[in-house]
Amino acid sequence: MSLILETKNINKYFGKLKPFHVLKDISMGVKEGEFASIMGKSGSGKSTLLYILSTMDTDYSGELYLQDELVTGKSQQKLSHIRNKKIGFIFQFHYLLPEFSVIENVMLPAKKLGLKTPQEIREEAMDLLQKLNIDHLASQRASKISGGEKQRVAVARALINEPILLIGDEPTGNLDSYNSENLFQILKTLKDEKGLSLLMVTHDEDLAKRTDRIIYLEDGRITK
Amino acid sequence: MRSWKVILEIARTHLFTKLKSTVTASIGVTFGIAAYITLVSFMTGLNSMLDNLILNQVPHIHLFNEIKPSEKQPIALYNDYEDALPIIHSIKPKQNQRKIHNALPILNDLEKNEKVLGATPQIQAQIFYLSGNIELGGNLTGVDIMKESKLSNIQDYITQGTVLDLRNTENGILLGSGIAEKLSLTAGRKVLVSTARGDRFHLKVVGIYQSGLAEIDDIQSFANLKTVQRILGEAENYITDINIKLNDITHAPALAKVMEKKYNVSAVDINEINAQFETGTNVRNLITYAVSITLLIVAGFGIYNIQNMLIYEKMNDIAILKAIGFSGSDVQLIFLSQAAFIGISGGILGLILGLGLSNLIDNVPFETDALPTITTYPVNYNPANYVIGIFFALLSTFIAAYFPSKRAKNIDPVQIIRGN
Repeated sequence: MSLILETKNINKYFGKLKPFHVLKDISMGVKEGEFASIMGKSGSGKSTLLYILSTMDTDYSGELYLQDELVTGKSQQKLSHIRNKKIGFIFQFHYLLPEFSVIENVMLPAKKLGLKTPQEIREEAMDLLQKLNIDHLASQRASKISGGEKQRVAVARALINEPILLIGDEPTGNLDSYNSENLFQILKTLKDEKGLSLLMVTHDEDLAKRTDRIIYLEDGRITK
Repeated sequence: MRSWKVILEIARTHLFTKLKSTVTASIGVTFGIAAYITLVSFMTGLNSMLDNLILNQVPHIHLFNEIKPSEKQPIALYNDYEDALPIIHSIKPKQNQRKIHNALPILNDLEKNEKVLGATPQIQAQIFYLSGNIELGGNLTGVDIMKESKLSNIQDYITQGTVLDLRNTENGILLGSGIAEKLSLTAGRKVLVSTARGDRFHLKVVGIYQSGLAEIDDIQSFANLKTVQRILGEAENYITDINIKLNDITHAPALAKVMEKKYNVSAVDINEINAQFETGTNVRNLITYAVSITLLIVAGFGIYNIQNMLIYEKMNDIAILKAIGFSGSDVQLIFLSQAAFIGISGGILGLILGLGLSNLIDNVPFETDALPTITTYPVNYNPANYVIGIFFALLSTFIAAYFPSKRAKNIDPVQIIRGN
């Protein structure tokens, strides 16, 4: 199977006067249709790695490939386009734009991409909400729904542009056990049914064990 | 691949959910622009009124025969004293007639000159107003009243009667208001005048003239050219002064010199007649613009603050937008389009409010002896001011929003997302 995401010798330092070596020679890859999780203690650099992989953090040395295409060194404008088109995000805290309705939140990335008519986008967004069992919330303000619901809306938004990779920064970290199990099942189904590649940082060992592969980080190095 | 629709949609949602900040920012612009429009309209209105007070009574170029010594004294013609330095005591002015030589051909020539808006002939005569055994010294100016009323707004200064009354009355006189008061005369009565030579004439008062300057109103009266020529016992070509209005007042000094040579008369231009006039106008305009620009800058700072606050509040949104594929310049455009909306809506409201306020001022009674025809405060509704106003509204909102929006553009989403 081909690699969706690949890194070669990624190094990152924090601070300028007294540089702190956060990531040391990270070389890894995520295969097509693979559900990988990154685990490690606080400060091991797992979130830092995730944001480099997400193309949002560009301050590193080494090389990052997305579908065998070198991403490192591209302009911000192009990176935005890549994020928009190929990568879906689910965060721990930052879910949605509070002033917009649920459906508008889901539609935003597709409108930005601008490949489909607003009507098509709306239908697809409704489809996604239906699949996630939250279609009844479509016209609600995003700030008015519960945490578990918000995270499901975030998943819908991450999927609207049919990305090749879904990245989660502790997506279940702020949810109760019922809701986190629910979200995990959704992600698992996506992988099984659509062959989506997933990469998530988590603290939850039980959840991580149920993924295809666990990448352990310790002091900026991959140990397993 | 700019997606304007989404950008504007996000900008609109931000504006309408934060309606309070939007309204506050717009009101800042509205008041700034309204104050600018009101102030400029009022100040320029006052300025042009004051300018007109002087300009309408002073010709751009004044031609006359000056009483002065000959520039070349007879001794200079003597070849014998060519190398000597002549010292002459008690030089007398040259014997000269007061009338302008060839006045009628000069007038014809002036009418053909395309730089000249019009030229009016005048006769200045020293007279006495008689009442019983009281003699009041004064000036009687013979004018072609119809031409005069076209080139200056003399009719604005006629408080009783009209210019037509003067034209239609053979021996009519427009009496200065000061004299009329002293002699207790009103339109329809007769006044006895005497020339310097002692000839006496009865003239019919057809109207009262009030310039607003007491020293003029106390001596100055107007009559038809023919009437004055008859009083003085002079022929029809007797004209002592020619007043010229130009199409462009800035040409006055140069043209005055040309005419002086061409017609062999003395010519003074408006700058010589009233040197401080221009300085006063300039200083007043300067003050107007200084105050207006200050107001706009204050409004600009208001917008700057509100935009800054808005961006601070929207840090999370900016990070999310960037994470889901909006570029830095997309985010910047969101905030700039918000500022444009605030600028346009606040600016247009400001223009309307400014128009209303200047209209209010326009209706406030303002009565002064100096300006008999003006009853309310003068306001200048120059459309150019409104164009400048809306332009400044947009410019100041753009500048005020540019720096905060640039900050939004450069916000690192990772820092925001990880910071929480």
